[in-house]
Amino acid sequence: MDHKRYFFEKFGITERLLERCLGEALSAGGDYADLYFESVAATSLGLDESILKSASQGVSAGCGVRVVSGERTGYAYTDDLSADRLLRAARTAALIASGPAKQPVQGFTETSTPNLYPAPAAELDTDLSAKLDLVMRADRAARRYDRRITQVRASYADELRRILIAASDGTFASDTQPLARMSVFVLAKDGERTARGTSGGGGRVEIGYFTGAKGPEFFATEAARTAVLQLGAVPAPAGEMEVVLGPGWPGVLLHEAVGHGLEADFNRKKTSAFAGLIGRSVASSKVTVVDNGRMPSRRGSLNVDDEGSETQETVLIENGILRGYMSDKLSARLMGIPSTGNGRRESYQQIPMPRMTNTYMLAGEDDPEDILRSVKRGLYAVNFGGGQVDITSGKFVFSASEAYLIEDGKVTAPVRDATLIGNGPESLKHVSMVGNDLALDEGIGTCGKDGQSVPVGVGMPTVKLDRMTVGGTGR
Amino acid sequence: MTAAAISGIRLSQLAADIVARALRAGASDAEVTIREGDEFSTTVRLGEVETLKESGSRGVGLRVLLQADNGFRVASTSSSDFTPEGIEHLVLGAIALARVASVDPFAGLGENAEFGQLSGDLALYHEDVYSLPTEERIAWARRAEAAAMAVDTRIINSDGASFDAATGRRVFANSRDFVGEYTSSYCSIAASPIAQGANGEMQRDYWWSQARAFRDLESPESIGREAARRTLRMLDARRVSTQQAPVIFSPEVARGLVGAIFDAAAGDAVYRGASILAGKIGETVAATSVTVVDDGTLPGGFGTSPFDAEGLPSRRTVIVENGVLRSYVLNVYAARKLGLKSTGNAGRGLAGNPFLDAGNLFLEAGQQSPDEILRGVERGLYVTRLMGQGVNLVTGDYSRGAAGLWIDNGAFAYPVQEVTIAGNLMEMLRNITAIGSDLVFRSATAAPTLRIDGMTIAGE
Repeated sequence: MDHKRYFFEKFGITERLLERCLGEALSAGGDYADLYFESVAATSLGLDESILKSASQGVSAGCGVRVVSGERTGYAYTDDLSADRLLRAARTAALIASGPAKQPVQGFTETSTPNLYPAPAAELDTDLSAKLDLVMRADRAARRYDRRITQVRASYADELRRILIAASDGTFASDTQPLARMSVFVLAKDGERTARGTSGGGGRVEIGYFTGAKGPEFFATEAARTAVLQLGAVPAPAGEMEVVLGPGWPGVLLHEAVGHGLEADFNRKKTSAFAGLIGRSVASSKVTVVDNGRMPSRRGSLNVDDEGSETQETVLIENGILRGYMSDKLSARLMGIPSTGNGRRESYQQIPMPRMTNTYMLAGEDDPEDILRSVKRGLYAVNFGGGQVDITSGKFVFSASEAYLIEDGKVTAPVRDATLIGNGPESLKHVSMVGNDLALDEGIGTCGKDGQSVPVGVGMPTVKLDRMTVGGTGR
Repeated sequence: MTAAAISGIRLSQLAADIVARALRAGASDAEVTIREGDEFSTTVRLGEVETLKESGSRGVGLRVLLQADNGFRVASTSSSDFTPEGIEHLVLGAIALARVASVDPFAGLGENAEFGQLSGDLALYHEDVYSLPTEERIAWARRAEAAAMAVDTRIINSDGASFDAATGRRVFANSRDFVGEYTSSYCSIAASPIAQGANGEMQRDYWWSQARAFRDLESPESIGREAARRTLRMLDARRVSTQQAPVIFSPEVARGLVGAIFDAAAGDAVYRGASILAGKIGETVAATSVTVVDDGTLPGGFGTSPFDAEGLPSRRTVIVENGVLRSYVLNVYAARKLGLKSTGNAGRGLAGNPFLDAGNLFLEAGQQSPDEILRGVERGLYVTRLMGQGVNLVTGDYSRGAAGLWIDNGAFAYPVQEVTIAGNLMEMLRNITAIGSDLVFRSATAAPTLRIDGMTIAGE
């Protein structure tokens, strides 16, 4: 693939200029330098009260220059891609180092990349009417679901991100990354009770994805179903109990409980509750967790990471034993471990860090029905809002948006929103059953770390935890 | 004239030019936002520089309105490309996009008489934020971290300390002859030490100071010592049993509660019926001691601006007065939907419609010192940290992860973690039984210590 032509032709970038900038970046010494060019075109449509109230498009482009010297990183960026400004950014980033000039490796080696997602050649604003049709269909489907649905907001957003990375170690990589997402938010009202429901999905896909099974009607119906269900929800229970998590998005548990704690930077600095636990048991023997950047069309997938490294499937926990961390180039070099292709950044204005891609637990052997039947009194949580973790103490939360009581092995009343809390290195030790129904989320996840947001995926089969604290108000 | 001032005139002229071009291209009304900023940041960890970042960027956003029989079609575009071709694309793109939008009967700019800006010096910009040489900025971060590390041998590691400085310029122009621009500056210092307890478990907390002027920053040593104190007090934290007990929100977490009140009073949530405060103007929604104010006019405030994102002057709005809901917070669109007037609370990104944004938002201080409030609690939880989103403004359901200090007989007994606190926001506001005298603006939203009764603590 030749994504680089985009930058070469549109912005007049040449290999000679890339080499000059890298040379300038290492003019005061340093171990490594890289250039990250990014161009993003984004569209978003928002239907509200059956009116297309918001329609916007944006373009941005820029380049970030990084110089690494030991454990020190210098960074500068510019949104002006002229040779003068690029060289000036390189000189600014170079201020981190102080020593004799280094020479970048002569000549570039292009990173080989798979084709995990479509790479549209045209600008995205060609099919606005098709996008508009999606949000209008979602609006109609949600209102049709139940007469108690009083408000519907449906949105469609996509972006096309082009990147080019050139580094002093000879790395040269480029990619074109589509990302699309539909979201539906509804309110249901019945007398005095009001409740909300949300749903959405997408991935590194083109608009055609939404004409399939996961289209506007699917997401609208899901949102409406959740809102109507919540109208009759009872207070969530409070305290420690057995918890069964449904397949798919509840995998956000893994993202918070173990994912962040296994990012290499935290472990290099020994600020993670998981530091020094490689080879040790951190979960029940039924638990195997991987991070996989190479799943076709998935929201968290990347042909190449934001440092030009190949992405891969990385085993994090194997049968309960901690096997490895997710690393970027800096952590890999300083820790003497392989780079796993997890170096990511929100934009050219940001320094890359180890980040997750698609993180999920492999399927087990239990029948999901048997898992529910085994619970005397507990919570069955099938959908969640976001979560958060303190990687140093290991404590994490995630908030259930659709959950039910389990009484004597039967799923009974829906409960109101409740936060679940646990301790990362301990909670997965309480996993006693793992279902055979692995599913990934619908493609809505966004992960924040140090102020940088990146799209991610999560997944999980039905899982039973013998113990977890549920933060409701009921008994 | 300074370089910054020259740039300001140029950008104001550019914004007005783009408005004129949009009108020539067929827009009935247009709004242009330009943002320009420089940032510096450095982090130091274990005495060594970890990152050094220095850069600037700018962007322009255009929103156009096309008059139809019964309202406007609206669309917006944004770009980082300031070349003539880039601006041309911005204008033509917005017009083309607006043609596919629906006619919205409530869309439209404010009334001509509403536009305006505060006069006088709001003390938002101080050139001294960039006065320190880079080496000194690094030294400040280093001093903050060193002060934290020196407090106690149980502080065994560090998540680093940082020094940040930034300046930004915001320009806004519309087709009703409003042109405004202002610059603001900001600097901050923070430290985040890590301590290890007798049980081997690590804890991390942080403390910070931010200011519009460098001379107003607190000393690195005081920041480091306070960060260490906060980290050390969490060592060997336990869980507590599930129970109902009084909860004291420290000022740092009480801020979030004030933010939730703002969000619930936000006009867009209100007109949708998506808020527990919808339709409750004039009703008692909180304890009678509670007064919540949003004030975008405080000189030097972190939430101060001469005008909002629609060109209306910033103002002071009493949202809740002695427990009674007095006003929603509104931009032009939400006000028109509700048959009210904007409270000058419009915010916006470069692209997209205006949303609702707070100025300096606070809950007024009460009479009791934080110590007095503490002494009044026989058994309860003093919350220093909350985790997760867990606030549903449609139902009021509130459930968040919490950590803090257990209170026994009016005094701190031991640290607590891995628990949740839950309740309903409406009941929580009515159950505010004590308000501290300790209101300090460390950021744009501020609150004093609050005691709330009747919440459920879930733990073991």
